[in-house]
Amino acid sequence: MIDISESVMQFLLAFVVVGPLLGAAAALLPAPPGLKGKSPEQAVLRHGVTVTGVVLIAVIALALGFDHDHPSKMQATTDISWIPALDVRIHLGIDGISLPLLVLTALLTFLCALYSYFKQQHQRLTPQAAGPTPKAFVALMLVLESGTLASFAVLDLLLFFLAFEMVLIPMYFLIARWGGEGRTQAAWRFILYTLLGSVVMLLGLLLIGIKAGTFDMVALATDNGRSLTTSVQVIAVLAIGIGLAVKTPMWPLHSWLPDAHTAAPTVGSVLLAGVLLKMGTYGFVRIILPIAPDGFHTFAPYLAAFAVVGIIYGSLACLALAKQGAKGDLKRLIAYSSVGHMGFVLLGISTMTPTGVNGALFANIAHGLITGLLFFLVGALKDRTGTTDLDTLAEETGAALYGKAPRLGGLLAFGAVASLGLPGLAGFWGEMLALFGAFKPAGDLSRPAYLTFMAIAAFGTLLTAAYMLVVVRRVCMGAVPQEAPHLADVHTYEFAAWTPLVVLTVAAGLWPKALLGLTDPAVQQLLSGGTR
Amino acid sequence: MSSLAQPLAASVIQSVDWLAIAPPTLTAVVALAVLVADLFVADAKKSLLGWVSVAGLAASALLLLPLLDDDRSTFCVNGTHACSYTADRFTLVIQLLVLGGALLAALLSVTALKDAGKQLPEGEYWFLLLSSAAGAALLPASRDLATLIVALEVASLPAFALVGIRHGDKKSSEAALKFFLSSVTATAVSLMGISFVYASTSTLYLTQVADRIQHVDGQLHTLAQTGVVLTLVGFAFKTAAVPFHFWVPDTYVGAPLPIAAYLSVVGKAVGFSGLILVTVVAFPSYADVWGPALAALAALTMTVGNVGALRQQATRAYSAVRLLAWSSVGQAGYLLVPIAAAAYSDDAEHSIGSTVAYALMYAAVNLGAFAVAAVVGRTRSANRITDYRGLYARNPLAALLLAFFLLCLAGLPPGIIGLFAKVTVFSAVVGAGLGWLAVVMAVNVVIALFYYLQWTALLFRAPEGEPVKHRFPAPLTAAISLTGVLGIALSGAPQLVLRFAGTALF
Repeated sequence: MIDISESVMQFLLAFVVVGPLLGAAAALLPAPPGLKGKSPEQAVLRHGVTVTGVVLIAVIALALGFDHDHPSKMQATTDISWIPALDVRIHLGIDGISLPLLVLTALLTFLCALYSYFKQQHQRLTPQAAGPTPKAFVALMLVLESGTLASFAVLDLLLFFLAFEMVLIPMYFLIARWGGEGRTQAAWRFILYTLLGSVVMLLGLLLIGIKAGTFDMVALATDNGRSLTTSVQVIAVLAIGIGLAVKTPMWPLHSWLPDAHTAAPTVGSVLLAGVLLKMGTYGFVRIILPIAPDGFHTFAPYLAAFAVVGIIYGSLACLALAKQGAKGDLKRLIAYSSVGHMGFVLLGISTMTPTGVNGALFANIAHGLITGLLFFLVGALKDRTGTTDLDTLAEETGAALYGKAPRLGGLLAFGAVASLGLPGLAGFWGEMLALFGAFKPAGDLSRPAYLTFMAIAAFGTLLTAAYMLVVVRRVCMGAVPQEAPHLADVHTYEFAAWTPLVVLTVAAGLWPKALLGLTDPAVQQLLSGGTR
Repeated sequence: MSSLAQPLAASVIQSVDWLAIAPPTLTAVVALAVLVADLFVADAKKSLLGWVSVAGLAASALLLLPLLDDDRSTFCVNGTHACSYTADRFTLVIQLLVLGGALLAALLSVTALKDAGKQLPEGEYWFLLLSSAAGAALLPASRDLATLIVALEVASLPAFALVGIRHGDKKSSEAALKFFLSSVTATAVSLMGISFVYASTSTLYLTQVADRIQHVDGQLHTLAQTGVVLTLVGFAFKTAAVPFHFWVPDTYVGAPLPIAAYLSVVGKAVGFSGLILVTVVAFPSYADVWGPALAALAALTMTVGNVGALRQQATRAYSAVRLLAWSSVGQAGYLLVPIAAAAYSDDAEHSIGSTVAYALMYAAVNLGAFAVAAVVGRTRSANRITDYRGLYARNPLAALLLAFFLLCLAGLPPGIIGLFAKVTVFSAVVGAGLGWLAVVMAVNVVIALFYYLQWTALLFRAPEGEPVKHRFPAPLTAAISLTGVLGIALSGAPQLVLRFAGTALF
């Protein structure tokens, strides 16, 4: 849109990856004079807002400087040799597939930092039990941001693995130290599951790298699997696929997710659902599809089958949780709904068609926005009522949020209908395109099988609508008792953190071309033989 | 002298390249000097001996510099290429590892000896430590089986004495006895193997063995094969490979902490460099015999070590050292993996390089972890893992560094060098097509993460009761900062050690 010179773009992209790391190191040091703020806590949280804000500005500048006429071209590329012995190169670059994810990551992290800062400011007025120091919190959040941004920006298989691993330790500590009930167990589950997945993924990546003689994603994608035999591709896809499927998560490898989400603090849940899960699906699109197409072709129908099972399973689990007397936890419910949504993403990818993959990428972004918003809302609800248990919240008639805190109730209802895929909001396009893709999968995939998958997945959307509406009815509606306890409505700072998500959800729903115009050319090229 | 006798004398008298053999020689000379000086130094000034030893080790390490240019060989049989001592790149790297490791262990010892007061005899301690280091430095350079065994024994015998050096400590002497008996058995088995090999090839020089063992008489084939396997046993023992690992936990707990650190790094270096020399240099044609054996050994070693570490209870006395001991067994398994892979790959030197690179990383971070453990052990003599709770609250830098070392050992960012060292090992094994071993190792990496991260998490928990402020004497600070700087520098530029995985070492 605007003309930024290539070297500035290169610098911006490198800064986006390294900046948060430097910020994390700085967060651990004592605040310099002049920036001490009212208290050390306030100073360090403000530092977090500053760093994530600067990174967000840099990412927006990148998005503006991005050549939107050629989104399939790798832009702002840097390519330096780092470890010649392993043939690891610091190869960074963005195209139409990674740019939206970069923006989403930077935005969500910034909103999380903003939310934490103002929440602390707000709580200072109403003193509470002192938790662990926010110093480490900010540092961990910044490392997390750096790792996720890096995984979307790197173009080297081993660097991708490094970035993939980089988020584990910060997320572990975020859950284990700032989490709720059962956090230790949940944090262990999260890290052991994902680590096992990613080590297996490493084996697949190494196999590809050794057999093809390079770890460079661009070179490998251009090669489009021609220098790899089918058997190598099959083994590599299996190994890499398991690693990515754990992260995504795909049914039946999802079981770490509900616990992690339930135990994680609000910010942790938002980042986990909004950003971390995307690393898995991004890996499918960026690595498996172009680099080992023959291998993926073998597994695509199975992936699709697992995906639709995930859709149905997630919805049924949510329905069971939403039932009266089931002691369902709202956060757990949203986590299960994520399993369903990611099922649509995987279904789209498994069709191996531009339509399906575009749908998957769209659903990715939409899920990040909507689920991020939902976790924020549930976190706010927990701050106010002290519980996320549906039965405790709703009691007999319903929590009557519309009556007690109308704005909060309205936003929650908005998030719910966006999540169920109401046309006109972001959730709709991704799922529809994924289903379209399944209606007409890539030439040599079994069409009847995919038609069946499509039918089941379409049924899944109905189930999704059902449980989301049940949740809205139980939380938002109901009679307001006379002596209802006071429930604070949405604070200004909460509006500030949530409005961008709401606006983008609506914008993506009304103007999908903005996003699809970016991803489509890049996807076309990936499917037909790599990036330029 | 008659004119006939002259060529005979020339063939018997070998020219000695003193510069090439300088590093181990200087270490041995300093060892003797310290032992003699101990007789004349007043009690109050005994700490001088320690600093002389540290300086001696540093000087020996510096003597490696002039050797960098080209390969040197000495003690050669005239007219052939069979030499007993070779200072090639492999030798220099391992010597650097051994001398550097001994130097760090010596730094830890300075404080340990000072704290122990009269309980530990200083002169003997330094003499033994330096002699063992001299033997360990000689080992990677030896290119015949006799020198190899002599070096192995010179490295081991002082170590037994060091383990049992605490007078009147029952645990210490029991550990020493255990260590001694099992080690001697292993060496004896090794010697028998070597005699078998000698019987079938009638040479001791590794290169000649490699040559002749391919054309062994059919009748002697079984003998040669048995010899190959038995020879490996002694070195596998020093590496603490399963089933030769059982001495490790008790020995580490019984020994003074710096000696445990020394054994975990230098002892292992002795073991695996010996294994590399024997397998890759001497018996390359028997790869189908030692390859599967080492692969199985590696898989067993890492699994048993990691499961053992997993079972340590954090509240038990000495659990920190015990955990490090068991985890060092697990790490030994990773070290063996590329050697096993060398049997299956066309590019054996590349695989060996992975072991060397991994060992360098392991040496730096493991000694770092031991150094922090030494600091904590000064105020909390039981050295339980629970004693590390809340370390961050009082000593943030030490806690962050220990966390970094542990995560390097686990192989997770921010321990980038640990991660890439594991990646090289994985790439060696994947390149050799040993899929099953790669999967076993992958599972082990996850198991290991559990206990390393558990310990790491404990560092940052809120302290229970009044936290103890640990004091940092200068030598310990030097050791911690040296290893810390090394680890962080390597994380930024992993190529510094990983280059050995990409180039020819021999």
